[in-house]
Amino acid sequence: MNISLLLEMAAEAGADRIALVCDGKRWTYGDLLAAARGAFELIQECNAEYVALLDESSEAAVIGLFGAALAGVPYCPLNYRLADEDLAALLGRIAPALVVGDEERVARIAGDQGHTVLSREDFALKAQGTVPADDSREYDPGEGVAVQLFTSGTTAAPKAAILRHSNLLGYILGSVEFASAGESDAALVVVPPYHIAGISALMSSIYAGRRIVMLPSFSPKGWLNLVEQEAVTNAFVVPTMLGRIIDAFDKAPETNVSSLRAIAYGGGKMPLEVITKALDRFPGAGFTNAYGLTETSSTIALLGPEDHRAALESDNPKVRARLTSLGQPLPTVEIEIRDEDGNILGPNEAGEIYVRGDQVSGEYKGKSALVEGGWFPTRDAGFIDEDGYLFLSGRADDVIVRGGENMSPGEIEDVLLTHPAIADACACAVPSVEWGEAVGVALVLREDHAIPREAELRELVRARLRSSRVPEKIVFVKELPYNEMGKLLRREVKKIIS
Amino acid sequence: MKPGTRLKSAICDTEVMVIKSADGTIECGGAPMGEAKPAEAGAMSADHANGTLMGKRYVDSDGKYELLCVKPGKGSLSVDGVALSVKDAKPLPASD
Repeated sequence: MNISLLLEMAAEAGADRIALVCDGKRWTYGDLLAAARGAFELIQECNAEYVALLDESSEAAVIGLFGAALAGVPYCPLNYRLADEDLAALLGRIAPALVVGDEERVARIAGDQGHTVLSREDFALKAQGTVPADDSREYDPGEGVAVQLFTSGTTAAPKAAILRHSNLLGYILGSVEFASAGESDAALVVVPPYHIAGISALMSSIYAGRRIVMLPSFSPKGWLNLVEQEAVTNAFVVPTMLGRIIDAFDKAPETNVSSLRAIAYGGGKMPLEVITKALDRFPGAGFTNAYGLTETSSTIALLGPEDHRAALESDNPKVRARLTSLGQPLPTVEIEIRDEDGNILGPNEAGEIYVRGDQVSGEYKGKSALVEGGWFPTRDAGFIDEDGYLFLSGRADDVIVRGGENMSPGEIEDVLLTHPAIADACACAVPSVEWGEAVGVALVLREDHAIPREAELRELVRARLRSSRVPEKIVFVKELPYNEMGKLLRREVKKIIS
Repeated sequence: MKPGTRLKSAICDTEVMVIKSADGTIECGGAPMGEAKPAEAGAMSADHANGTLMGKRYVDSDGKYELLCVKPGKGSLSVDGVALSVKDAKPLPASD
């Protein structure tokens, strides 16, 4: 079954309903389906083996995703923030493609790769104007790859993560009820189109019948204004965005955001301080923490609105701690914690998070990362408490190993963040002759505070954790490096500290 | 029947996608559904004429069958003559 089914069903149920609002233009489900069918014709004409998007979010992302699906070629949105050299390499790996977006740039860096390039406007216009000859088109049955996303490489080249129609449908059909959105519901999509959340947001909203309101480029004021303008009810943000939105809202509290009913977040660690403020500033909204990866078609576990409020209102420290958890696995997946030898661990024992289910791909072009039984190792360290709540304890690679003892940076950072003068903290391994590795921390000083003495910071960690966690090296930096998704770039911090 | 298979009613417009199934005969309007639509529509059984709604999932009481309606129609779904019922939707909060 093809993911185009999602758009076909939405168009059948309400062809004239508004599906998408972008830069003031409104598209109905009927418009989008017709354009996707037109895009199918364009793809066939130019013999493209991929459809790539090199652009911010727009209707082209939807038309490209579903047009590619009908044509049976992978949709491969690219990160336009990459340097020319890196982008050219990725374009080379998907040639020949129908590339929608930055024509000038593609011509300049990959002009000899055989791509067909169209601007966003031309693509949409041509797709709308290309009416299929008759009803006899053979659309792809959907047994292959629907989406290909290049994951950010570490030292090696980016890996091409593959999501099949069956994975994406498994996720959407397993987590969304058809046409379940209210008539006036609207979802603000601001996550980049080349991130899995940006793609699953489109599919979820279309299948639920929830109008998509696109914000191609994030700014906190732009976000607040769009919420007010379009009476947005649903939103997905990354944690750093939420922090900035709250700051902007505090400066403009007259902005009417009363329409907001559901705010979901994910993609990085949510600081306790930010979610607590958010629950206070948006009392009418339900908050959902979504944990997922590209390789799992996005969400595999979530902490819903009731859990958020219960944690906030509870006196029980165990319940309160759930505010920092990832919640519980989706009913359609299984999650296990395993140690380095693959043994399944019990409650509160930390190890690596493994997941299995229809929506889990774990497949890359050329190889699969799945282990026996169809389980995917996430490379994330975590544990499940005795009530089934999943907690993250950092990427497996971020663990500091000091004298044979494994330490998670998160617990050290959380302690340092309780100091009033510390605004941000990152702990990582620094080389140590004595221990192999020891703890180093990079700290950001809070405005209008004096730099605390190192001895004070060390004592804070020693008292709350134990002496092995005490940082041997402490450096103060102006700010910590984050990528555009709000993910802390620990490798970069490691370089700064060393 | 492979999950993802699309079945069409021989009697009406109903089409379903198989999410889960076992060895019985999946029917709509009383007649077996197939991957192809027959040239002529058959007669609707009065016992299975309650309609099938788009986007709803239909299940048996043993949890062996689950069908997603992808095109609505006048007939209603059954397996080996026993009517299926609409699955209780426990919606998850939106997470993306």
